[in-house]
Amino acid sequence: MSFENMRFSKEHEWVQFEEGSNLVTTGITDYASGELGDIVYIEFPEVGQELKSMEPMGTIEAVKTVADIYAPLSGVVREVNTVLNDDPGIVNQSPYGEGWFVKIEMSDRSELDGLMEKHEYDRMVGKG
Amino acid sequence: MTNVKVTPLTDLHRASGAKMVEFAGYLMPVSYGSILAEHRAVREQVGIFDVSHMGEFVIRGKGARRLVNDIITNDCSRLAEGALQYSVMCREDGTVVDDLLVYVVRDDQVLLVVNASNIEKDLEHVLTFDRNGADVENVSDECALLAVQGPRCRDVLTSCPLFDDVREQVERTAYYHGFSFTHGGSEILVSRTGYTGELGFEILVPSNLAVEFWEAITQAGRDYGLVPVGLGARDTLRFEASFCLFGHELNDDTSPLEVGLGWVVKLNKERFRGIETLRQEKKNGPKRALVGFELEGRNIARQGYTVLKDGVEIGKVTSGAFSPTMKKSLCMALIERSAKGTEGVYEIAIRGKTATARLTPLPFYRSRAK
Repeated sequence: MSFENMRFSKEHEWVQFEEGSNLVTTGITDYASGELGDIVYIEFPEVGQELKSMEPMGTIEAVKTVADIYAPLSGVVREVNTVLNDDPGIVNQSPYGEGWFVKIEMSDRSELDGLMEKHEYDRMVGKG
Repeated sequence: MTNVKVTPLTDLHRASGAKMVEFAGYLMPVSYGSILAEHRAVREQVGIFDVSHMGEFVIRGKGARRLVNDIITNDCSRLAEGALQYSVMCREDGTVVDDLLVYVVRDDQVLLVVNASNIEKDLEHVLTFDRNGADVENVSDECALLAVQGPRCRDVLTSCPLFDDVREQVERTAYYHGFSFTHGGSEILVSRTGYTGELGFEILVPSNLAVEFWEAITQAGRDYGLVPVGLGARDTLRFEASFCLFGHELNDDTSPLEVGLGWVVKLNKERFRGIETLRQEKKNGPKRALVGFELEGRNIARQGYTVLKDGVEIGKVTSGAFSPTMKKSLCMALIERSAKGTEGVYEIAIRGKTATARLTPLPFYRSRAK
């Protein structure tokens, strides 16, 4: 798959954006889902909730551990992937596809520039 | 990771891509891919576990059984040869040193299987007893322990060539009984025991035969859906079956009567270490009780989280998981016994929030091992 229109946070979230739109899709990276192992529950933010970049917006319960999810960008939550309520394991199978978490309407597009490109993220997790 | 120990199967686990962690000083596989898939395989088909980190002591000599009976709270005096028993061993003050499996291999040879994290403490404890000529040997580093668990485990072993000569014994052996046979000049001990709540066998082999047995059983298991299972699923399986785990439900300050292990404490025995204290505790009633809770929602109540009743702290969670079989968030907790009742609102503090919890009987999952 192409990671050209994706950016990555140091907390292992990804952001997928489109030119001319402030609505972005987010999720956690393949590396993060692998490290967490089987995910059994995701606590999402509410639709309409305001997020501040790098502040916790939810939690992930995996079999062996629990982790915070950080907002990769500031903005407003517009949609939550409720399919994951019934089958959170989708995240482990398809972290960049069907396992997306939330859609956020960005309030400051320039925050994208503060995130990493795929090759930078890969280098950070020692896979580049 | 200094001086981390390995098992005879560590290289094999690594080669198969297992995620390895240090546990009780041993480098062990936590999962070979998915903990949940491994858990399901054991409930529905069959799995093989490397549990070679467990400790083994062999007690030999005429006084072997008597020595063991002085150590344990259970009573092994009338166990037949080839029978096993679950027990704990305590200090004078009634606290648990460890929980263990007692295997009467022969009248003058008893095997004790203890927790990896407690091997040295247990050995020291055992050596404080008057041994009456019995000989205690720590063979933990010389053997490997494999567990084959799940409804198809019998089929796997009876179709494995290494068990050709003992097929009938595999078929016939009852729960908490075992048998031995010779392979490659060594004695192999097989018992119908386990830590999963499923039909299962545990197989003790000398270290040099571990790979041969693992590979032969894995090969035979192909037709039955056998998968290797790591410590992650071992924990969720034993949690659902509500077996105590040392370091969680059991600790150096726990009494066996608090955690529902009264059935292995034989207070009418002539003696065992801790008997006076435990008789007294039984009379007065233990202070704490191990209970099960079902949580509202899907957050997991993990070890150490606080349990509240009507807003007041009454105890701590000892183990918690999102049960893969029951699909519920469950936990075991050690609470003040006086707080155990049907009235009042129970809550568990989960990272700054609280989740309502409902008392639910243990075990969560009824064992099918018998």
